[in-house]
Amino acid sequence: MDRVAVLASTMTAFGEREAWIRDLLAEAGADCLERAGVAPETVEHCYVSNMAAGEFEGQGGVMNALVHDLGLAPAYAQRVDQTSASGGAGIHAAWQSVASGASDLTLLVGGEKMTHRSTPAATDTIASITHPFEYKHGLTLPTFAGVVARRYLDEHDAPRESLAKVAVKNHRNGVDNPNAQFRKAIDVETAMEAPIVADPLRLYDFCPISDGAAALLLCPESIAREQAEAYVTVAGIGGATDTHVVHQRPDPTTMGAVVESGREAFGMAGLPRDAVDVAELHDMFTILEFLQYEDLGFAPKGEGWRAIEEGVTERDGDLPVNTSGGLKSKGHPLGASGVAQAHEIREQLLGRAGARQVEADVGLACSVGGFGNCATTTILEAGS
Amino acid sequence: MTGANEDEEGLVAHRCPNGHLTIPGHYRCPTCGEPQVGTVDLTDAVGEVVTWTESRATPPGVRSPNPVAIVAFEVDGETVRAIGGLTGSDIGTGDRVRPVYVPELRDPDAGIRERESQAWDGYRFEPV
Repeated sequence: MDRVAVLASTMTAFGEREAWIRDLLAEAGADCLERAGVAPETVEHCYVSNMAAGEFEGQGGVMNALVHDLGLAPAYAQRVDQTSASGGAGIHAAWQSVASGASDLTLLVGGEKMTHRSTPAATDTIASITHPFEYKHGLTLPTFAGVVARRYLDEHDAPRESLAKVAVKNHRNGVDNPNAQFRKAIDVETAMEAPIVADPLRLYDFCPISDGAAALLLCPESIAREQAEAYVTVAGIGGATDTHVVHQRPDPTTMGAVVESGREAFGMAGLPRDAVDVAELHDMFTILEFLQYEDLGFAPKGEGWRAIEEGVTERDGDLPVNTSGGLKSKGHPLGASGVAQAHEIREQLLGRAGARQVEADVGLACSVGGFGNCATTTILEAGS
Repeated sequence: MTGANEDEEGLVAHRCPNGHLTIPGHYRCPTCGEPQVGTVDLTDAVGEVVTWTESRATPPGVRSPNPVAIVAFEVDGETVRAIGGLTGSDIGTGDRVRPVYVPELRDPDAGIRERESQAWDGYRFEPV
């Protein structure tokens, strides 16, 4: 079967941007088409990953706005919302559109504009995804991170410092990413002494609020082989969901959606876990890196924290994780994040990651929504 | 019915014909797929703190700090868990707690969600 290829990819600078959602999406989309040398009118499907442009700035119908701004009409267009995992879900939708034969050229753009809102207001907009039973108690995504992190540390005798080391690693990686929101290294002490946000988690355990966009262009591999000097293919992809409320999970430190989406993606790719050379994981909170190490099968349950202690996921380790700086340091414009993860993996597989470059033929991206309500895992392979 | 947004009397666990319990309710039991047909009132029950946090970066209309716990209740050999605020910050994993009614858990007019779309009263947990 003809695989789906990623012909081109890009991301805008993440951080506090003056541009609003329309311009962020158009900036990434136009740059992606230009990189591929593709005329806008040849795009057949256009997907926009975005959680909440209506709530954040009163802009609805962002997919039609993007079609207008880039001159994509009459391309089919659709917005994909899967909260924080909208980017990963967009990859799934764009992959389906090409794999099914419905489109031979699909543009995916993910983006979010958030920084014009105060942190409490942005936190509330994101918390709008919670169950009414949770929302009335003022629960937020950081609250869930706090209760799950405490449970994890208690149950697995993990040192608190191991979480700080995730932040230190991802900040160090972000220094070498010109598009990252933070390009500043931190040390364990700074992370351990930062103000408490949701005990036991402190400021550096959380990603920032960000603006930005990222884009991918997908087509059948047969076309990519003719048109592009270098490309990557989607070797496997899986999307899944878990309970809406975290406390109803048999084990709150296991994200069932990640387990299932990973199983699907590896199954489709026909690859073992150790085939993966580099990974971008959804480190909206440091604790999520440990859960994804485990739930994707890179570490046994309860031992994910050892990977950071042993340097496995550092840039010079066996499985470098979040070479881009991750959500933690690169920033987390909700709808953009999953798309930007795939962009980083593509850069790594094609040897274009500059100072962040690691040796990699196979890469994985995991995009998680809510506190594990949904997830998409994508495995990319260098094209040949 | 177990509509997510309806007012409920008491701290209520919802039960399907096979005895599975959930807080809050579902239109179909997440374990076996049967409609939930009964309820168990846990207002006078004592539960155990499974894990907790104290949030200090709270959204508009929410108290700060906001201590919160996941609490497990045992009902006829079945465990059912709830999540909710705590009455105070002096808490630890394994502590025994009981529900306390609070008429308004957060200011319904300060956040993004419509006041009329859901209930705002409920139960926090206090140490026994």
